[in-house]
Amino acid sequence: MPLLEAVGISKVFGKLTALDGAALTVGEREFHGLIGPNGSGKSTLMKCLAGALVPTRGKVTFINTDVTSLTPPERARAGMSLKFQITAVLPTLTLYDNILLALQAQSSLLDLAFSRSRGRLHEEVMTMLLQFRLADRAFDAAATLSHGQQQWLEIAMALACRPRLLLLDEPTGGMSLEERRVTGELLQPIKQHCSLVIVEHDLDFIRDICDRLTVLDQGKVLASGTVAEIQANRSVQEIYLRRA
Amino acid sequence: MSSTGTGIRPPPQVIGAARSPVMASAFAARTKVLPILELALLIAASIAPLVLRDYITVYATRVLILCLFALSFDLVWGYAGILSLGQSLFFGMAGYAVALLSRDFGVGSIFAVLPAGSLIGFIAALLLAGFLLLGRHPSSVVFVSLGTMTGAYAADRLARGSHYLGGQNGIPSIPPMTIGSHEMSEGPGFYYLVLAILVLIYLLSRFLLRSQFGLALAGLRENEQRIAFFGYKVQHLKAIIFAISGAIAGTAGSLYAFHEGFVWTNMLGVVMSTQVVLYVLFGGSGTLIGAVIGTAIVEGLSFWLSDNYRDIWPIILGVLLLLVIMFRPLGLISLVLGERERVGHFGPGVKEKRNAAP
Repeated sequence: MPLLEAVGISKVFGKLTALDGAALTVGEREFHGLIGPNGSGKSTLMKCLAGALVPTRGKVTFINTDVTSLTPPERARAGMSLKFQITAVLPTLTLYDNILLALQAQSSLLDLAFSRSRGRLHEEVMTMLLQFRLADRAFDAAATLSHGQQQWLEIAMALACRPRLLLLDEPTGGMSLEERRVTGELLQPIKQHCSLVIVEHDLDFIRDICDRLTVLDQGKVLASGTVAEIQANRSVQEIYLRRA
Repeated sequence: MSSTGTGIRPPPQVIGAARSPVMASAFAARTKVLPILELALLIAASIAPLVLRDYITVYATRVLILCLFALSFDLVWGYAGILSLGQSLFFGMAGYAVALLSRDFGVGSIFAVLPAGSLIGFIAALLLAGFLLLGRHPSSVVFVSLGTMTGAYAADRLARGSHYLGGQNGIPSIPPMTIGSHEMSEGPGFYYLVLAILVLIYLLSRFLLRSQFGLALAGLRENEQRIAFFGYKVQHLKAIIFAISGAIAGTAGSLYAFHEGFVWTNMLGVVMSTQVVLYVLFGGSGTLIGAVIGTAIVEGLSFWLSDNYRDIWPIILGVLLLLVIMFRPLGLISLVLGERERVGHFGPGVKEKRNAAP
């Protein structure tokens, strides 16, 4: 039984059909890349998975539950976590508080009001900051981080919700080569407990970390399979050649 | 009014990046301005009736009550980013309710009327939150601000038209509030009572805002959508803080009714709601002390200006307010308080940072 299954997803904005019956299946502990030319519907599909958009048609099933019409918070509580394309760290809060905010989302209101989970979560906050190489900046405002560091912080925040599935929309956008390499390293250990759906323009990056790929073109699935299968796929090569 | 830090829609990247380095250098991390400021104000407020003439003490009591009211607005706006333009609804409703309790039922004991006032503010706010905040999807700032404002306006009109509530004239000569057999009349006794309540509520709010709940509110204010993706029930958080703020406004309204000895429709309407927005903007939203300072300064200035510039004082006051909002969008408090201390932090970071940086 797959962790996530999206079937026949269509999304129409007025006259524009952004998605036309797209499908995606993600297994447990699978890193799945979504690729395709600009405007192929990758981000739209991602938003339909995360609940930021409700698909016009189609069904999204997550851990055997129909989540198609659930709101993002409801999906988050079911174990789905999203990192936005544009970084959305909370700039005036410290890095520590950013992570704590994400970690404590599951605490009860009473625990929050009396700060009862603060002590328990402290270790976890520090561990996450260490893991994402941000520990020395723990008490600086998130706004003072470089762009790449903000992306890492945001991935850390998305993971702090302890998701079963992490959705990453262009995590390496605007990063330097070195930062991309580190991002790949940072993502590897996640595989022990979490699946990943990732939208990314950088094909080398995607090839390095993903198990399976789904290629979208004009709102439809062009191909889906292991990285090797996709690389050998004629029609995929064509659209990328056409683009280049 | 949509400028930075006012809580409507702060362009956050800019605030943090542009302000913090400057502020940090001006007030190094070791300086803790806030506790000193709080303590100084408390001491000043405690000795004020001893040195002020009686009629000024009476005025100062009114100002303290308004400080409490401003605190209630600051909680929802400065901390949770809910622009409630109908805060007077809870203030006035509670005022009217305790006036009726006292007039028609002879209930004047402080132990009955203050809890009743808070409860009425709490319930009214909760009901309004049910309409405005508790949808399945988060409601927009404009929707909430217009909704609350309409609530206040409607209450004002209803009270004006109601014979039972005294119509335009309101309810005059409310029997005084009592503690045991002692009747509270305006003067130092009432002043210290209000001061004690203000300090208590201030400390409770402070405790709540520095808790992890306060962190969740900070997240709400900074980026509501983002923390919804973490799994927070943002609508619930908003409704809770809105209801708490309603309870505080209700407490303030009850005190105001008994202190003035009458209630009238302005207490319910948009005039009062707007006034409280100005207090908080002026002092600095998002800090409790800012709300208190803003109220005290605006009211103090009005008092002094109206004495000395009888005809044109509202214009002078208006220009002053505009200047502060233009040049100090974070309020007067930002003159002495750095960004880091204003936002505060919630993790146990302070000590460790001190150890790390000698």
